[in-house]
Amino acid sequence: MSGRRGVLPGFGLAMGFTLWYLGLLLLIPVGALVLKAATVDPEKFAATITSSRTLAAFRLSFGAALVAACINGVFGLLLAWVLERYDFPLKRLVDGLVDLPFALPTAVAGIALTTLYAGNGWVGRHLAVLGIEVAYTPLGVVAALTFVGLPFVVRTVQPVLRDLPAAIEEASASLGAGRLQTFFRLIFPELLPAAVTGFTLAFARGLGEYGSVIFISGNMPMKTEITPLLIMIKLEEYDYAGATAIALVFLAISFAILLVINALSLRSAHPVRRG
Amino acid sequence: MKLPFGGPKRREKKGRPRSLNEPPLVRGLLTAAALVFILLFLLLPLGIVFAKALAEGWGMYSRSVFEPYALRAIRLTVLTTLIVVPLNLLFGIAAAWAVSKFDFRGKNLLVTAIDLPFSVSPVISGMLFVLLFGAQGLFGPWLLERDIKIVFALPGIVLATLFVTSPLVARELIPLMRSQGSEEEEMAVTLGASGLQTFLKVSIPKMKWGLFYGVILCSARSIGEFGAVSVVSGHIRGLTTTVPLHVEMLYNEYQFTAAFAVASLLTMLALVTLVLKGLIEWRASLRGEGK
Repeated sequence: MSGRRGVLPGFGLAMGFTLWYLGLLLLIPVGALVLKAATVDPEKFAATITSSRTLAAFRLSFGAALVAACINGVFGLLLAWVLERYDFPLKRLVDGLVDLPFALPTAVAGIALTTLYAGNGWVGRHLAVLGIEVAYTPLGVVAALTFVGLPFVVRTVQPVLRDLPAAIEEASASLGAGRLQTFFRLIFPELLPAAVTGFTLAFARGLGEYGSVIFISGNMPMKTEITPLLIMIKLEEYDYAGATAIALVFLAISFAILLVINALSLRSAHPVRRG
Repeated sequence: MKLPFGGPKRREKKGRPRSLNEPPLVRGLLTAAALVFILLFLLLPLGIVFAKALAEGWGMYSRSVFEPYALRAIRLTVLTTLIVVPLNLLFGIAAAWAVSKFDFRGKNLLVTAIDLPFSVSPVISGMLFVLLFGAQGLFGPWLLERDIKIVFALPGIVLATLFVTSPLVARELIPLMRSQGSEEEEMAVTLGASGLQTFLKVSIPKMKWGLFYGVILCSARSIGEFGAVSVVSGHIRGLTTTVPLHVEMLYNEYQFTAAFAVASLLTMLALVTLVLKGLIEWRASLRGEGK
């Protein structure tokens, strides 16, 4: 046994089981995807990817996920701030409720949001008066993705806010800075890396989301059809080649965007040194 | 990237000094804005599930919930969860043990691989198994000859759910085991305990709350999984429809009350999950466990 491994037993067993499990469950299926993609006729591949229907689905998926993640960025920061800094009745309950989108099955969220935001729904009725339609429009997709991504920014920012040393705020106040100045010059830069992490998680979650979206979106090709649904439709038509092409390109773009966000946030992270 | 599910909560000391707090009006406005957001996106969706479920009274509610297809869907979901959770529990423990107790080359790659299902759309996850076992999949013809059904049957549903929920236990345990270190285990082994004894008597008690929470998360996700299961299920009513798929079918048939009645079962389960999560965090903070 090597020195690095120390005295603990079970490395072989644990590692062996882990690799065997990942191999069966992950490696073989992903291998099948790659194999399938390699056998797709290149012309068919290109035609599927560049068809206007696919491009519209890509645009909607990335656009709606981006808008929803931005909404969650703003409201996530606000929620984290209010939950950590202020007192109000039933605060603990509200705090616990923030995790609801993690726990509630997406199909349930989908039908609930649709019924709520439809033209005759509790909320949709009032928005309709203002001329805003949510259900069965791209706005509905944004609403569903806002729901599923809601906990991420709150939960990444909360611990940072909690551990923020009071000393920096005291110093700022004693040097004559107002609250607004202190927030934007001192606190916000501290919270930003965590908020970006939460934003990225929410964005990634939104890209792949299916269950909560398909009810509220109305699924009109070219208008409100998200990419995962288009993949589903191709599979139902037994067009495995088309589904594979769309899935592969969608995954590639998603990973590329996430990598870029991660790289950017690493560069911008410059937390104040803590004593 | 690990999700920091808020650990033990430290209560904000009452009465921050004036200079470190916002004016009451600002506080009130910010709180109100946050609460309106919570109302629109969390409370109202929650409320509407129960309101619609009971819209036609308790009789209709219980008829929708105890109707034979609903019961079959529940049975299928329970069966799937009972297969998936123990397997992913074993995997989670093994993966966390290997990753957090030992050093080896390629560890980051392994952790990335463990997390991979989280970054793949559920629909694409389900599709992987269709490409393998579907009628025109890699093993499709071979399976067809032998009349073995994987896709559009229980094995496919189990595989898709396994794939989607596989990171959950591992993700809970890896940071926990890392933060706890292995001094106690090393001591036990040095004092002559066997590997199994050390694991059962030292490690398991140390991580039991993390383990419990991982199981809850994994169960909740197995019960509620929709996208991946949707791809492999084929929607054969009474045979391959899990509870979420049953809700979808009822809803698409405009049986809204029945759909929401069955959905309310899933919603209550979600609420129980949240309560258990709160309890576990509270217990953990009392015991000073690193979670």
